[in-house]
Amino acid sequence: MSSLYISRNPRVAARILDGEMMIMSGRDSSLFTLNRTATILWQWADGVTPLERIVEQRICIEFDVEPEQALQDAETLARELASHEIMQISEEPILQPHSSPGVSR
Amino acid sequence: MIGVLEEITAKALRLNVPLAVQLDITYRCNERCVHCYLDHHDHGEMTTAEILRLIDEMADAGVLTLTLSGGEIFLRKDFFEIVEHARRLSFCVKLKTNALLIGEREAARLRDLAVQEIQVSIYSHRPEVHDAITLVPGSLNRSLSAIRFLKAQKLKVVMANVLMRQNKDDYVAVQDLSDEIGVDFTLDPTITPMMDGDRSILGLGADAHTLREVFRDSAVVGDIDEFCAIPSDSGEVDLDSRPCSAGHTTCYVSPYGDVFPCVQFPLPTGNVRRERFVDIWRHSSQMNEVRSIRLKDLPTCSSCSHAGACTRCPGLAYMEGNMRGPSSQDCEKSFARTGIPSANMLNNKRAGANLVQILPVAAPGNSPAAGAIA
Repeated sequence: MSSLYISRNPRVAARILDGEMMIMSGRDSSLFTLNRTATILWQWADGVTPLERIVEQRICIEFDVEPEQALQDAETLARELASHEIMQISEEPILQPHSSPGVSR
Repeated sequence: MIGVLEEITAKALRLNVPLAVQLDITYRCNERCVHCYLDHHDHGEMTTAEILRLIDEMADAGVLTLTLSGGEIFLRKDFFEIVEHARRLSFCVKLKTNALLIGEREAARLRDLAVQEIQVSIYSHRPEVHDAITLVPGSLNRSLSAIRFLKAQKLKVVMANVLMRQNKDDYVAVQDLSDEIGVDFTLDPTITPMMDGDRSILGLGADAHTLREVFRDSAVVGDIDEFCAIPSDSGEVDLDSRPCSAGHTTCYVSPYGDVFPCVQFPLPTGNVRRERFVDIWRHSSQMNEVRSIRLKDLPTCSSCSHAGACTRCPGLAYMEGNMRGPSSQDCEKSFARTGIPSANMLNNKRAGANLVQILPVAAPGNSPAAGAIA
């Protein structure tokens, strides 16, 4: 099975509010909020850490979930966010010119 | 995604988070608009380092939307450095500008930085009218060229038209022009008093007849019946509602670091050169006073038939002398919409009728003085 890499789209606006990420699409200004699990995924979507490792090291440790089911859910979520152009997914590492939006704030 | 904004706003209100801030980075300007409320001299603008630090503090406080305005924002040599910093911190950046200094290169840079929206002031489709308002010959053509550059970069542009006596016949053509270019349009009939309190420029505002006409133009207001509906029963009005977002989820910072509830609400609450932004936001007694006011606390407006639909601006009320009082401009708008006078208008009419009152002559030795005219 090939690894999947995820990266935040640098054209969005994002800010964390009470542990949940609010994201404004750069395409059409639509607003999204991510729950705490999805927020962790977003925060670690650096383009170079495989999704499998993010799920294993960040999601499964924080939440009591089965790794296989968690990875499947994470892939579904990543593809949905990609369809709204707020996340990028690739089977190769993704290099970004921008620093990580919304991670430290 | 209907409901997401409401959900975020409710959470921000509960957690006392400022979701959106307007930061004026300069009051200097390359236009001299006749209705402008600003003094265009530089009295000690924040330095680049101070602004970048403030933007860091705003990000930490939870601000998502940062509107950069002025004055003319492109007059600051560090303008792009400020935008780059804000975008690096994932702000939703919006700009208000006259666009005179935006060429193809600047437009491309704004696209690269993923700026969300650029609002450009266009007062008329006719150069002789627009330029007579900005007092800069050729300004209409330059602003329109810039709008086309921005549009070519697929940026979201809004043409902002301030309705005044000078341009009252032109807003329809400006709206048509915005449609032709493919950008958004907004019309604002509000004139703000000068920062020093001088209210003489309010005379430039559109008259009642013009307001009535504009409010019955479906291209501007949408559903006329809904917009101009007679006020509903005051018993249905939520008296615990907040007057507006100023000080609740939004605020304004001047080029000198002064923080106010809103650009139109010049109540000083603190200065970011002396205190952290978040401390002013959370602990300023003035900000907390603004935050505490509910519709039921407004002595005149709470009993007004327009209470449920009025656009009352607490900042304009403050500039009239009482942040809990009515805002006459908004009373006039409510009247123009519905034909029904506001409680404030009725009070003024009654007071006007009794301006000169002859009191009974008091008995000798009693006060007040005999024959006093109140």
